[in-house]
Amino acid sequence: MNLILGIETSCDETAAALYCPRDGLLAHAVFSQVAEHAPYGGVVPELASRDHVRKLTPLVRRVAAESGVALSDLDGVGWTRGPGLPGALMVGAAFGRTLAWGLGIPSVGVHHMEAHLLAPMLEPDPPEPPFVALLVSGGHTMLVQVAAFGRYRVLGESVDDAAGEAFDKTARLLGLDYPGGPAVARLAAEGRPSAVTLPRPMTTKPGLDFSFSGLKTAVLHAVQESDGGPGSRADIAHEFQEAVVDTLVIKSRRALDRTGCRRLIVAGGVGANARLRERLTEEAAERGFTVHYPRLELCTDNAAMVAYTGYRRLAAGFRDDMDFSVRPRWQLSELAPPVV
Amino acid sequence: MSDHKKPPVLIALETATEGCSVAVAAAGTVVERADETPRGHTARLLPMLTEAMAEAGVTPGDVDAVVFGRGPGAFTGVRLAASAAQALCLAWSVPAVGVSTLAALAYGAHRRTGADRIIAVLDARMDEAYWGRYRSAPNGAGLTLMEEERVGTPEEVPRGGGDWFGAGRGFAAFPERLPPAALGCDPDALPLARDLIPPGAVALQAGEGVDAAAALPLYLRSAVHY
Ligand SMILES: Nc1ncnc2c1ncn2[C@@H]1O[C@H](COP(=O)(O)OP(=O)(O)OP(=O)(O)O)[C@@H](O)[C@H]1O
Ligand SMILES: [Mg+2]
Repeated sequence: MNLILGIETSCDETAAALYCPRDGLLAHAVFSQVAEHAPYGGVVPELASRDHVRKLTPLVRRVAAESGVALSDLDGVGWTRGPGLPGALMVGAAFGRTLAWGLGIPSVGVHHMEAHLLAPMLEPDPPEPPFVALLVSGGHTMLVQVAAFGRYRVLGESVDDAAGEAFDKTARLLGLDYPGGPAVARLAAEGRPSAVTLPRPMTTKPGLDFSFSGLKTAVLHAVQESDGGPGSRADIAHEFQEAVVDTLVIKSRRALDRTGCRRLIVAGGVGANARLRERLTEEAAERGFTVHYPRLELCTDNAAMVAYTGYRRLAAGFRDDMDFSVRPRWQLSELAPPVV
Repeated sequence: MSDHKKPPVLIALETATEGCSVAVAAAGTVVERADETPRGHTARLLPMLTEAMAEAGVTPGDVDAVVFGRGPGAFTGVRLAASAAQALCLAWSVPAVGVSTLAALAYGAHRRTGADRIIAVLDARMDEAYWGRYRSAPNGAGLTLMEEERVGTPEEVPRGGGDWFGAGRGFAAFPERLPPAALGCDPDALPLARDLIPPGAVALQAGEGVDAAAALPLYLRSAVHY
């Protein structure tokens, strides 16, 4: 297993990457469809699927050219089987599985959240399990105990909106463009601390679950009660970001305490948030744990993490059969651990 | 027989409807596999291809081009054939040939009944149909499309121009609303990969094979129409 191609089409980014266990990530390329969906204020699934089928072959060729390899040099293919949008997943599934079949090499359908979770392993000095993973993306917010590669226990997750979704909905309430995360973070930098007060949902209860829909409602009320000017919008953005970050930090700390783990990894699009990184880094120094992040471009959807996860699964003996049916609603806890 | 006169070895994929089929054309014969498996295409496509290639005695190195049904049809289905065709063309370094799924219906009706004026109609959902009218070419070389394929209400399908044979499940979906099929009708017909082969071979011969990146669906309907 020397050269693995990764294919990612679960939502609105089309991505391809090449991973080599000896040399690491050789190349990765992402085509983001953000601009096309922006006028609709969110992802239009049919538009996303149509883009994947146009972009995949050029992206695969690009990463091969950048790495100086031919597709005939491939030893395996990892492709995202789920969770995600059914039609979007299908494009990468048909492409990735059929490419491997045509080349006569093995492939494996990868769980998108396992891939997010393993993204920090692509960085220098990768964290070894056991660790706790905070997965915060557009569709998921979860704390996962990782005993070993492939052995995942969900400690807590959002009972309603995901953290990224809360950023996106707050952005809309504040009149900012889709996708909202980076826009809210920028506006927050101009806001004053504690000018408004928003709740820290579920932090006073003992569990590890999250809830962000009440926060979104609180933002709506704050917007309605404000003068609507740029200053008060920035104050709301600031307090919203603080509320989300506080919540994530408190629960992460609690998960580390409960499991006795001293390593935290953070992955998913919200993991790109600078304030979250700053707060977790402070917290880690104070409490004597380490925190690991993927580089910013590997926080959001990419195929580098899929190529890497594909490599790990193939190396552990996982193989697709010829059925490339997708799993739009695949739970991380349903994932089969490797047999040792 | 000199080498350049040998008919090309073609692989064909058709997944735009409830039907899923593949065909392998080599040495003057066609081996096919066809199933009606709504939502089962992703499970069936590669096993069918494996079987058909084995039966035809064709290995990847023999293949000259990949013909795929480019639609119109179910959006997810037409993307499946296009994505798989792209991957095969990349893996085997061969060109792709996109053929209309409605042409496959028309060629199928022509093959089975000899009819030489065919309206191919698919149910496009939302009370609309996809259609194309095909007629035997004067020189006997296959069928030609009369006017551009379209999506619209069944009432918009052109009437007149002589008698027609009706093919495709559009005729089952809209039994009263389509033009009369005076030459007969097969309202249960599905487009088959084997019927992509004759028009695909003609297109390849005419230099219409394309690079993998250009193996793209033809939807006829926009993504955010409704
Ligand atoms: N700097 C940031 N601060 C806060 N949120 C951010 C930032 N950058 C991106 N996000 C949010 O991250 C989300 C996108 O992340 P990602 O691509 O991992 O999610 P997804 O793939 O859509 O969802 P999932 O992986 O759960 O299926 C969006 O909700 C976006 O607003
Ligand atoms: Mg993601």
